[in-house]
Amino acid sequence: MFKKTLHIGTSPHIIGGSSTDQIMRNVVFALLPVAAFAVYTFGLSALLLLITALASCLLTEYFLNRWIGKSSPLSDWSVTITGLLYGLTLPPHLPLWMVFVGGVIAVALGKFIFGGLGYNVFNPALVGRAFIQAAFPVAITTWMAPFLPDRFSHIPGSTLTLPFLKPVYDITSGATPLSLMKFEHHTTDTYNLLMGMTSGSTGETSALLILLGGLYLIARKMMNWRIPVALLGTVYLISTVLHWSNPDIYPGGLFMLFSGGLMLGAVFMATDMVASPITPLGATVYGIIIGIMIYVIRVWGGLPEGVMYAILFGNAVSPHIDNFIRPRVYGTGKQWSKS
Amino acid sequence: MLFDLLKKNPTFRHGIHPPQFKEDTRDKPIRHFPFAPVMIIPLAQHIGKPSVPVVSEGQEVTRGQLLARADGFVSVPMHAPASGVIKKIGRVPSISGKMVPGIFLEPFPGSSQEVLEGKPVKVETSTPEEIINAIQNAGIVGLGGAAFPTHVKLKIPEGKHADTLIINGAECEPYLTTDHRVMLEQAPDIIQGVRYLLKATGATRAIIGIESNKPDAAVNLRNHLPPDLPLSVQVVEVKYPQGAEKMLITAILDREVPSGGLPIDVHTVVVNVATTAEIGRLLPHGRGIQERVITITGPGIKKKGNYWIPIGTPLRYILEQAGAEEDIDRVFMGGPMMGTAVSSLDIPITKGTSGIVAFREEEARKKDVKIYPCIHCGACVDACPLFLNPSKLGILAKFKDYHTMASDYNLMDCFECGSCTYVCPSHIPLVQYFRISKLVLRNEKAKAPHV
Repeated sequence: MFKKTLHIGTSPHIIGGSSTDQIMRNVVFALLPVAAFAVYTFGLSALLLLITALASCLLTEYFLNRWIGKSSPLSDWSVTITGLLYGLTLPPHLPLWMVFVGGVIAVALGKFIFGGLGYNVFNPALVGRAFIQAAFPVAITTWMAPFLPDRFSHIPGSTLTLPFLKPVYDITSGATPLSLMKFEHHTTDTYNLLMGMTSGSTGETSALLILLGGLYLIARKMMNWRIPVALLGTVYLISTVLHWSNPDIYPGGLFMLFSGGLMLGAVFMATDMVASPITPLGATVYGIIIGIMIYVIRVWGGLPEGVMYAILFGNAVSPHIDNFIRPRVYGTGKQWSKS
Repeated sequence: MLFDLLKKNPTFRHGIHPPQFKEDTRDKPIRHFPFAPVMIIPLAQHIGKPSVPVVSEGQEVTRGQLLARADGFVSVPMHAPASGVIKKIGRVPSISGKMVPGIFLEPFPGSSQEVLEGKPVKVETSTPEEIINAIQNAGIVGLGGAAFPTHVKLKIPEGKHADTLIINGAECEPYLTTDHRVMLEQAPDIIQGVRYLLKATGATRAIIGIESNKPDAAVNLRNHLPPDLPLSVQVVEVKYPQGAEKMLITAILDREVPSGGLPIDVHTVVVNVATTAEIGRLLPHGRGIQERVITITGPGIKKKGNYWIPIGTPLRYILEQAGAEEDIDRVFMGGPMMGTAVSSLDIPITKGTSGIVAFREEEARKKDVKIYPCIHCGACVDACPLFLNPSKLGILAKFKDYHTMASDYNLMDCFECGSCTYVCPSHIPLVQYFRISKLVLRNEKAKAPHV
């Protein structure tokens, strides 16, 4: 009477929770408002930059994986996050050919050579950005002003620079709040920082939208909240204490929190699951380490911004954190030793 | 009173919340089941040495009569599940897929199926040893699924003592409601069983642990608590694997069983609630176990319910009687989290079978789930009730580094609850890796020359 051959398998016979592609897809969703606001702030140049960044990362991932015979390499959505994040960390009018080269580097050297998804030591988007920082130090520290009136009709000359030529900057340039602070001792208003009214990298300006994206992912249990909380808490704590000791030299806690790439880095990059510790305590320690590094680079280092290097440093120590910080296994430890 | 409401039920740390699927059968009273035309009785339905037949082919036996005696201490006897004739003593199909030693019994049709009475064992007049012997003679094993001979864990080793007896009524497996029904319908048997167990172990108190999704069971048992017995009911949080011995001990007593140790190392003995009821029912009559309560459920079953099923009833007969759909694709003995998928319907239910769950194609775990690399999300770390690192263990297993898994990452503590596999977003078969790893290590150890 029973028609079919029974299928067997070992328990558990049911599975639950979200799948890896779902998690990755939701990170992309959480980034979309940030990207939309970037386009609204910086206009056509930001749009072209994001498209180029995505295209270079997706194409690189696709062709490298096809080359080694993997099927549907884009289906896990992870490279879409890389492309978006990478684009969001760049100055909006960076020449597109540089964007493209950096995207190839991000995926090829940041992800593929380590073995692809799950095996990368560093956040691939930051590897791409670090390459740009090293190769094109001037272009990546030249900023455009936000909300230019002709941003939807005029494509900045620098965006369309031909490969290997010096970019021509034909639009109003801006200064990021951090460089204003570092080089001119001028502090930007917190409200403007929160709402993204300032100059800066394409996607780092609106702290509010970034936070909302993070809250969405935390609510869906797709992000380890301990990392951003520990990281932001550390930066806030150090800067508040030092600001209190000498307000002339050290900027205040809120300014430090909402300026530059800190929000974007803390919420979307330090939380890259693959490159961060796996245990709750490990994640907290990792967040604190990155927070300290950011403060040190920003305030005492030569660069106005230190989020990228701090996170890359955190990525590098992450496997060691997992090695040293291990949860106590049930039934072990003095108290429970066999009597 | 208000604080009582706000107070959360005790539990262990970590664990998962799979969907329950208990609504279909939890309100179905236990019903009797017809005798199959042929019963299949494997001689090893328990952990330990197989029993040894004491009957011969062609012999007529009465229900409850001894068919095979225990072979040593870690072994239990088998009793006839029905009055009938021994057709054959040889090899019978088993859940492992192998043919194992066993007995074919053909019940007499239309027999009254009276159960043979033996020498009663009274709590008041028996010594602990006599009770432990009687439990072994009744052929009782852990009915929760482990099928470990119950009398073995009641025998407290030299130099150790038990202060607490925990009766396990957690029933954390999805779909299963046998313990739930037993607690609702067999409270006097459970109480009687607790009397035997307290005397056998020397424990000074007994606590029945019940997950909070069975409030009616907790109320029913509380209403039956006799004033003279140090017995209480503790409601615990609904969480898988709450019914695992270690987890229940931690939830109720806040004690941790040491790594590599047993509950008795923390002065505790844990016995399943249906096992307890069976002890309370059989010992006063000196009977042996001939049937058990089984939940038959799942989307592939029409007449879902809880049934008294004679030990040795073939699965095919059960499914036919319970109106299984013709297109069932997967059948599990036990629950979907820790149960075994069967490859043949010609195997019998045994003493350890707590449930039969049938899935059709669409409910079965999709065969084409894509396995992604570990993305280090930590879901498994947050799920593991023993605080292991399944992610790291999985990577080591992939590289066949079994020794590091055991020496540095406590592989051998894993009791294979499957929570890690359940939550893994990359669908990595973690617990499956660990089973293989443990097997390899055990085989290596067995092969190694004894020094």
